Amino acid sequence: MQPENFYYDNKIVRNFGIATIVWGIIGMTVGLLAAIQLFSPGANLHNQYTTFGRIRPLHTNAVIFAFVGNAIFMGVYYSLQRLLKARMFSDALSKIHFWGWQLIILSAVATLPLGFTTSKEYAELEWPIDIAITLIWVVFGINMFGTIIKRRERHLYVAIWFYIATFVTIAVLHIVNSIELPISAFKSYMVYAGVQDALVQWWYGHNAVAFFLTTPYLGMMYYFLPKMANRPVYSYKLSILHFWTLIFIYIWAGPHHLLYTTLPGWAQSLGVAFSIMLIAPSWGGMINGLLTLRGAWDKVRDDVILKFMVVGLTAYGMATFEGPILSLKQVNSIAHFSDWIVAHVHVGALGWNGFLTFAMLYWLIPRIYKTELFSKKLASFHFWAGTLGIIFYAVPMYWAGFTQSLMLKEFTADGMLKYPNFLETTLQIIPMHVMRSVGGGIYLLGVIVMAYNLFRTMKQGSLVANEAAQAMPLAPIHTVVKESTWHRMLERKPIQMMVLALVVILIGSFIELMPTLTISSNIPTIASVKPYTPLELQGRDLYIREGCSNCHSQTVRPFRSETERYGEYSKAGEFVYDHPFLWGSKRTGPDLAREGSKYGNAWHYNHMMDPRLMSPGSIMPAYEWMLTQKLDTTTTAAKINAMRTLGVPYAPGYDKIANRDLDKQAQKIVENLQADHIKVKKDKEIIAIIAYLQRLGMDIKANKTAN
Amino acid sequence: MTILYLLIGCSVLLALIFLSLFFWAQRSGQNDDLHTPSMRILLDDEKEVEK
Repeated sequence: MQPENFYYDNKIVRNFGIATIVWGIIGMTVGLLAAIQLFSPGANLHNQYTTFGRIRPLHTNAVIFAFVGNAIFMGVYYSLQRLLKARMFSDALSKIHFWGWQLIILSAVATLPLGFTTSKEYAELEWPIDIAITLIWVVFGINMFGTIIKRRERHLYVAIWFYIATFVTIAVLHIVNSIELPISAFKSYMVYAGVQDALVQWWYGHNAVAFFLTTPYLGMMYYFLPKMANRPVYSYKLSILHFWTLIFIYIWAGPHHLLYTTLPGWAQSLGVAFSIMLIAPSWGGMINGLLTLRGAWDKVRDDVILKFMVVGLTAYGMATFEGPILSLKQVNSIAHFSDWIVAHVHVGALGWNGFLTFAMLYWLIPRIYKTELFSKKLASFHFWAGTLGIIFYAVPMYWAGFTQSLMLKEFTADGMLKYPNFLETTLQIIPMHVMRSVGGGIYLLGVIVMAYNLFRTMKQGSLVANEAAQAMPLAPIHTVVKESTWHRMLERKPIQMMVLALVVILIGSFIELMPTLTISSNIPTIASVKPYTPLELQGRDLYIREGCSNCHSQTVRPFRSETERYGEYSKAGEFVYDHPFLWGSKRTGPDLAREGSKYGNAWHYNHMMDPRLMSPGSIMPAYEWMLTQKLDTTTTAAKINAMRTLGVPYAPGYDKIANRDLDKQAQKIVENLQADHIKVKKDKEIIAIIAYLQRLGMDIKANKTAN
Repeated sequence: MTILYLLIGCSVLLALIFLSLFFWAQRSGQNDDLHTPSMRILLDDEKEVEK
């Protein structure tokens, strides 16, 4: 057999690398802008397109799918070719993948500030973009599996297993969480409602963290770290073991995002149990990475790339220990909805994803440009800026989360809330938010220095677009399997094995399903819960457009501190018409589940015009544009029809007269405002949002009065 | 909570996919040698540069 000559495609790696750098800077800058608005609301540039609720999703999408996404493709395209001793399956598919992904990101940049959003965290993009993501993901998959098929190395290195798991799981998650009913080019309703939508969302949300931010990075760690340190991974056996454990356990951890909500208790407990189990495989990866450097710590002292890897792995270890701890109900009751969670995700994102990405870039760019890094000093500066940035970011946020949560839960000796006004707790943590922005700013500065350093590196070298390589083609296999153990014998009988596996899985599923099978429905219907009126429905869509759920939750947990503050705790039956659910995951402002009739219409009008008029010191942005913009009522019929399709009991033909009801209700609110000397036309958006806010929680209140 | 049927179905489907991948890996001898692969990736002999 003759060795074959072929070329690695470095150009596609370089392209993804540049995209990583550019989108990283953009995504983090948007994040900084959002962070500044949390202590200086005027930083929204007095413009609806750059206001927190709309750019927070832009920040998360940009750093997850643009920065980390491009970095994944960079790392995968570099390592996959070398591990399989083959060029990528198709240059055309590589190109389509690259440009398609950039177009998706551009469309996110265009649509999110315009308010086109599904409101579902990390899945905010509207349905046409969802379809584009699916198609490009499939292109990536064909390209990857094509390369695997034409490989010249029989053995699949552990990194590739992580890449395969990433591809398969993200495909399933994305599709299941994007099943929407379109009503126009950029608006759709989730087919799931309320508590069911919440479960799907966090089944997706948690596994997006697992299979987009974790598995591909573990795979890349297993390739790049040994290469960087020039020594084999500590234990290959452990890498295989923790891979299979990780992917089998991760999938059911999602419900820990919904503790103390109306999700059935057994589902919550199941999520907690799986989360606790996750410590083992997660730490397996971290320990394996760190121990790879055993006996090479002298290299870490001198090599900035290894420093990035060590801090990155440590951050991964911390985040994956903290995660299971946060999923314990007692801890969660304090941490959930608070800045603690923001600190937690940023230790993971800035430390693990960020630092691994930087290490890969510093290692790989000089290699494909056949040159040395332009400046080691600047890289070292970046390392320290990044590390200090993380500390200055995370510590104040932990502090803020603790402080605010404990204040919100504090009672006086007489059993009254010590801080009945939510705003008091907000003002208390403003210095911490200033510090957080400083930390984020330092981190961003480091990235900008890296960009300069890497572009100078590229300039002084020249890209080896096609790198020559040589390898023997695959020889046919002759496997000899010893039939010594019962397991080995079983493995020779695939059908019997399959049946046995199926039985095992069916037993597991049956145990999980039992509670739902024995009770006809886990969602008790509440007679007083009625569908939204057309005006309220329109108002709800404005609430979604402005991203209100980024700062306000709509679910009251069954704690005395919450029922005293907000009102009765939430019931599953209240959310049956909520497509999508709007529980939120963060309380930068107070919960709104029981907002209806708490204040008058005039209060809401003035508060939306300028929150500081009604609540001095408030950090909520002013929504002046809602006072002047006209409500689009041409969509009412389509919205009513879509909701009816999804099972909301609007009477047949109601879509035709819905706008008449909408007008009537708007007129009433206008008249009510007039009594308070506020003159406003009834066709303005503000009327719809007031109608929606005044509806929140009213069904339960009506129920109480009736009883 | 009928949504659980879908989610459990999808999760089980994923688990089955991974399970079959695992059995394929075991059967085709992917995990027979748990030492050499970690060394092999370090042996990328650099070829002369061509453009």
